[in-house]
Amino acid sequence: MKTSVILGTMTLAAMAAGAAGAQTLSDVQDRGTLNCGVTTGLVGFAAPDANGDWSGFDVAVCRAVAAAVLEDPQSVEFVPTTGKTRFTALSSGEIDMLARNTTWTFTRDVDLKFEFAGINYYDGQGFMIPKELGVSSARELSGATVCIQTGTTTELNLADYFRKNNMDYEPVPIETNAEAQQQYIAGACDVYTTDASGLAATRAAFETPGDHVILPEIISKEPLGPLVRHGDNEWGDVVRWTLNALIAAEELGITSANIDEMKAGTESPEINRILGTEGNLGEMLGLDADWAYRAIKANGNYGEIFAKNIGESTPIGLARGLNAQWTDGGLMYAPPFR
Amino acid sequence: MSDVHAQSVGWVRDTLIDQQPPPVTEAGAVKWVRSNLFSTIPNAILTLAALWVLWRLLSGVAPWILNGIWDAPSLSACREILDGATGGCFAVLAERWNQLLFGFQYPSELYWRPMSAFLLLFVAIAPVLFYKTFPRQMLIFTAIYPFLAYWLIWGGSLLTPVCAGLGFVIGYLVYARLVTQSFAMGFFGGIAAALVFWWITGALNFTGILMMERVESRNLGGFMLNLILGTVCVSLSIPFGIALALGRQSDMPIIKWICVVFIEFIRGVPLITLLFVANVVLAYFLPPGSNFDLILRVIIMITMFASAYIAEVIRGGLAALPKGQYEAADSLGLDYAQAMRLIILPQALKISIPGIVNVAVGLFKDTTLVSVISMFDLVGMIRGPILASTEWNGVYWELLGFAALLFFVTCYGISQYSQWLERQLNTDRR
Repeated sequence: MKTSVILGTMTLAAMAAGAAGAQTLSDVQDRGTLNCGVTTGLVGFAAPDANGDWSGFDVAVCRAVAAAVLEDPQSVEFVPTTGKTRFTALSSGEIDMLARNTTWTFTRDVDLKFEFAGINYYDGQGFMIPKELGVSSARELSGATVCIQTGTTTELNLADYFRKNNMDYEPVPIETNAEAQQQYIAGACDVYTTDASGLAATRAAFETPGDHVILPEIISKEPLGPLVRHGDNEWGDVVRWTLNALIAAEELGITSANIDEMKAGTESPEINRILGTEGNLGEMLGLDADWAYRAIKANGNYGEIFAKNIGESTPIGLARGLNAQWTDGGLMYAPPFR
Repeated sequence: MSDVHAQSVGWVRDTLIDQQPPPVTEAGAVKWVRSNLFSTIPNAILTLAALWVLWRLLSGVAPWILNGIWDAPSLSACREILDGATGGCFAVLAERWNQLLFGFQYPSELYWRPMSAFLLLFVAIAPVLFYKTFPRQMLIFTAIYPFLAYWLIWGGSLLTPVCAGLGFVIGYLVYARLVTQSFAMGFFGGIAAALVFWWITGALNFTGILMMERVESRNLGGFMLNLILGTVCVSLSIPFGIALALGRQSDMPIIKWICVVFIEFIRGVPLITLLFVANVVLAYFLPPGSNFDLILRVIIMITMFASAYIAEVIRGGLAALPKGQYEAADSLGLDYAQAMRLIILPQALKISIPGIVNVAVGLFKDTTLVSVISMFDLVGMIRGPILASTEWNGVYWELLGFAALLFFVTCYGISQYSQWLERQLNTDRR
């Protein structure tokens, strides 16, 4: 009896969740705010400032979607999630989308029933080493002591990489990034390895960041992107094409500075289609014609967002690398708007 | 002879000698140092070693504190000002103190509300903690305080907490009416009356009546959140703990086994698991969109956890009482409630004070665990938003030291109070 009651409740809850899942777009529009899951804080990607306003690379995606759907980039309710709570928050419907430097993997996509809307950052595991050691390539690291966070995929990647290249190393196990900073600065290890964006953020916190180099080798694939629930393809399309609009805008030279000028109409039909002066792309998404105009206007195009939050002029100082446009030798490649 | 005597007269004093200071080695600081620090050779060695350690500590810490920078926009600016010298970057505290205390989403123009709730807390608990000093009439304010504090911190219509409070009053009135017939009738009648009242008033809409700006639960944070969780959970868990301890000793098998299972289950599960259940698992069972307040869920879980521990502490106190006390109560013709209230519990609780305070202090510090379920308490604020900002990435000692200081002051205060209380209640011959 008890079990059947519980099972019944679960079924009802699941049905209700499924029912709610199919109409996220109208739910968001009725609510008037977008519930966007972000991290509890990651340098450059998402953090509230002294006034409590969120900003960052992932936050900009949330704001762009809110601008496209709700006409106001500020109408976002940021729901901070930890690595442990993020997926339940999304699948239970507490948040509409998750933009929390989450790696696109097979099991997350298929088994956990999520839909990755694209990739906004190509990350990968790298190495940081003091400049004075004179190492310029990871191939020269044989015999090094390496600070490594235990129980993560980085640990396995590291072992694989060194075995493949026939090198040996001595691991120094550490628990958190904060501990790693202290150990590495104190010289307990020669090398610190974690995701390249994390290395850059760690290096930015050092007293003399210039004394440390991040080696060019990237030994794992960590494509990060926003994701939504399975089963609501209309909403998935909105998030996917908002992200694509940001990327395409950079490729086509639409910036927050010249967008108003371009909105009046240009020679390029694709720009016109994105900005809604030609065609009816917005209508197909269930939005109005200006959706992409507002999304790009909110924080600028992909390149502007990158430069403002994590680019080379910021303390984090990440180079575009893999995240450059495909025309510049990177992997950022938005499908055509037609 | 006489002139001999006359000469000796000069040796007789007609005035008192002025009081002389004692020998330098037998008084004052020197004496104290000699007898306490250098009484034997091993002690002298230990003293010197301790002095050396102290010197090492202070020479490290003192410049760090004295050279501290209190006004800078970021960590790198701090380092520029220090220019290689040792010194803390306390500017992060100066810039983010409000986030550390209230969380980053509490509207800053409303800080006076939690502040006044905090100050009134002292007025409310004073008659409970120092029941001899303050008049008993102040207990009325103590009873009102939880509802007032709720209104101050969360805002909204004043009628909401008023109705919640009235529910208790009505429940009590019904109880008082029916308890003369039987305790069970009074007890359940009271609960039913209160529930009916809440159900009716819950359907009413008070929006706009005596409103203060509403602050959502998810916007609370910082040390305020730790204090709310700590105060609410400790004060709720003591009555629940007493009930559970008595229930576990009960002769009625069903009540006894419910209490035993509850206590053993909760004590066998880590607090962090319960918090995950509160945050993650419940979200699946509740219909989507229904927003069962996260803080309320966490309060329920922490209270359950603390009550199980306090129940065991109080059971220890009950077990320590000689059987003669129970028999004496019976022989006076007291019924169960009277015996417990007048004879057993006052003694058992007195024995349990150190244990209860131990649980309370531990629980207060455990409230920082909520940072793992993405609530921004003091530690969550530090680990999340502040360390993740580009300005303050890398400031660890200053922030965590500040957190440690706040917790130390609170916990040390609690522990000092409990020692004072033990002395106050030390009425027996021990």
